[in-house]
Amino acid sequence: MNKVMKIENQFKVIRIAFSIAIALAIAFLIISFVSDDPLYTMYNFIIGPFTSINRIGNIIEVMTPLLFTAVGVCIMYSANMINMASEGAFFLGGVATAYVAVTYTMPSGIHPIISILAGGIVGAIVCGIPAIMHIKFNALPVVSSLMINYVCLYLGLFIVNYVIRDPQAGYMASYKFAKTAILPELFSKTNVHLGLIIGLAVVVFGYYFLMRSKWGYSIRMIGKNTSFAKYSGMNVTAILLSCQLIGGFIAGIGGAVEQLGMYNRFQYQKLPGHGFDGVMIAILARYNPKFVPLASFFLAYIRVGADVMARTSDVPVEIVSIIQAVIIIFVASERFLEGWKYRRIVKATKDTHAEAEKQVVGEA
Amino acid sequence: MNKVIDNTEYILRMENITKIYGNGFMANKNVNLRVKKGEIHALIGENGAGKSTLMKVLFGQEQPEEGKIFYKGEEIKITNPLVALAHGIGMVHQHFMLVPSLTVAENMVLGIEPKNKGFFNYQEAVRLTEEVSKKYNLPIDPRAKVKDLPVGYKQRVEILKILLRGVEVLILDEPTAVLTPQETEELFVQLRELKKQGYTIIFISHKLNEIKALCDNLTVLRNGRVTGTAKVADLTEQDISRLMVGRDVMLTIDKEEAKPKKTVLKVRNLTYKNSDNKAIVNNVSFSIREGEILGIAGVEGNGQREISSLITGLIENQSGEIKLFDEDITNISIRKIREKGVAHISEDRMTYGTVADASVEENIISDRYYKDDYNKYGLLDKKKIAELSNELIKEYRVKCDSKDAEIRTLSGGNIQKVVAAREFTSNPKLIIANQPTRGIDVGASEFIRKKLVSLRDEGAAILLISADLTEVITVSDSLLVMSEGKIVAYFEDTKNLTEETVGEYMLGIKKQTAEEIGGVCYE
Repeated sequence: MNKVMKIENQFKVIRIAFSIAIALAIAFLIISFVSDDPLYTMYNFIIGPFTSINRIGNIIEVMTPLLFTAVGVCIMYSANMINMASEGAFFLGGVATAYVAVTYTMPSGIHPIISILAGGIVGAIVCGIPAIMHIKFNALPVVSSLMINYVCLYLGLFIVNYVIRDPQAGYMASYKFAKTAILPELFSKTNVHLGLIIGLAVVVFGYYFLMRSKWGYSIRMIGKNTSFAKYSGMNVTAILLSCQLIGGFIAGIGGAVEQLGMYNRFQYQKLPGHGFDGVMIAILARYNPKFVPLASFFLAYIRVGADVMARTSDVPVEIVSIIQAVIIIFVASERFLEGWKYRRIVKATKDTHAEAEKQVVGEA
Repeated sequence: MNKVIDNTEYILRMENITKIYGNGFMANKNVNLRVKKGEIHALIGENGAGKSTLMKVLFGQEQPEEGKIFYKGEEIKITNPLVALAHGIGMVHQHFMLVPSLTVAENMVLGIEPKNKGFFNYQEAVRLTEEVSKKYNLPIDPRAKVKDLPVGYKQRVEILKILLRGVEVLILDEPTAVLTPQETEELFVQLRELKKQGYTIIFISHKLNEIKALCDNLTVLRNGRVTGTAKVADLTEQDISRLMVGRDVMLTIDKEEAKPKKTVLKVRNLTYKNSDNKAIVNNVSFSIREGEILGIAGVEGNGQREISSLITGLIENQSGEIKLFDEDITNISIRKIREKGVAHISEDRMTYGTVADASVEENIISDRYYKDDYNKYGLLDKKKIAELSNELIKEYRVKCDSKDAEIRTLSGGNIQKVVAAREFTSNPKLIIANQPTRGIDVGASEFIRKKLVSLRDEGAAILLISADLTEVITVSDSLLVMSEGKIVAYFEDTKNLTEETVGEYMLGIKKQTAEEIGGVCYE
């Protein structure tokens, strides 16, 4: 049986590796059709992101907000509730932060903390609503949470464009954030900011909370078998709701940190997509926060690669969407490579039995 | 050995069948099965020995890794059940594959509906049903809804259904598991009648007396291999059981007289109605004392599950009293009920008892993970929990790679031992054991039964619910019989009680007075 477990674990990795390989192969195929100089284009796509400090900095910047949303999604999805409101939580969390950063004056140590907390609380509320609707009215969380995102978008835009809009900005954006609220940069020459450290702290917290604490244990058991959790005496509804609130809180502070680290005014006019990216990364990380940095880094890397490619050659940046889609389809398809795995297991089992028999004969 | 086997006398031969499942479990290894035309062939073995797998291979529900199937002398490939039916091989599953809301006739023709100008011809379906029913002398009302039929008749519908499809070989997967002793006898009469008409029957069972009474030849499986093929008449029950288990089986259990003390659980006038307003549990009252095992016998689905769910808080109480040490435990949380000392072995170990995708350890701690003993610095205390799991795995002889092995890689018996390891070690005052040994091997069953008795001796009150009459009579000190949600009989002492007697009460042939039944209620 040991062998079988080993094969199963191997295949978890093999499946992701194959998905990425197939996705890249498809990307190359398309590039070679579209591009006049496919080799140069591919070079820019694959190597380009590492050719300057600036570009490496870009990868880190893109990766930072994803750490938050992905950890939030890991926690929410571990309870087996498909809550897509991380997107809305990220967006509206950012708006809440902008409001606090624009409206109030506070000392520099306190201002970012209060602003970020505001973002987190708003995020928790956003992700809590579909959970409550599910618990109280049995509304399907997938549907209600997707709808909530639009409520968040237009509520947020209303606040930004009517309440805290700066008419002098020259475009639709809020007033400038107070200097006291801005998160400091970590390295010169890049925009990498304190948010990265906060993000990594969130990853560590997420890991210990979800994989090592009693709360995380009960969340995971509910996700794997609700009847069992109930039978064992867990308060299923309370845990279900609280983990959605915590996940939303983390997605919300992600939105907050992104605003205070990367921008000086709130200027989104549509959903940025980081919440949905978080879903994708959480799936790649198999809902274990431990793997979130790696998965976010990978996504950020191909994003930046596509960006470099688009700027230096004739292939548009949208190629990335194809790669993402292909990876997710294969990673999410449970039965991908199942035949191969099954044959390996059958063979291993036969070998084990044959060995056992040989031993018996030897002893006799 | 040098006798040449005349293959022509066999209607069916399965040669060197090997089946390995996707979890690496070798369910069949080089299995040979030869069945003669017109015989009743017993396929026998413990639960998990590979009987059902072999029959699924024959019926086309599973594809073997190796091996061949010969039918009437020709090799055939059975890729799905339709192919099997086309060849004339039909199967009656242990769990009926019928649509309860449709009538008998509609169920009979499902998939082969007679049509009239493109529309379903119900009259023709009724006529067909009556025809087969008459031909095989198995009377049934074609217009009755399946859900209104007693179990024995549902099974009859299943048998008629495959006869209508023109099969010659009938596979019956543990057909007596859901029947009372009397219904079983009736089924045997029907099967002998079919045999007389030239049908071949493969009869799966693990009940020795049934095999002796009904079958001509038998094939015994153990751990996925054939351990013997013989004429039933040549073997004694002991011989067969040795082939099945590999050692002599103890059917009795060593236990001293119960010494009941204080009353632990009092149930009074418990009634539970389902969404159709039908009383599933109907005015049930009983008491259990410390140091006593009270059994509930009855065919499954007669309200036993609801009783255990009501006591353990899984479903909400509607009316009636449940008191633990004179304290009302209705409508308090399951955690509180458990903390008061109630342990629960659910009859559905994969839905309630365990999480298939979680490790043995994670399954063991589910009722105590939150307690201070198992937490340190706000995290689960890995070391303490590992100690507990390793200790329990050893004490309960759970066969697994390690405490981190996922439950789904374990056999049914070992999964049930994990459940028992958790439930029996929470210092329980009352244990609700619902079908604790269903579908698990003899070794694990014996282990769990012994544990129950030793927990009783330590002073626990135990409610043992089981459809296995032998088990419930031998393990329990006193016994209730349930039928259609009601308690129909109470035996204060199970000594000298026979399965036949219990069966008569289950069927309503014999009746007890309200006073006799009331004997189980005391303060």
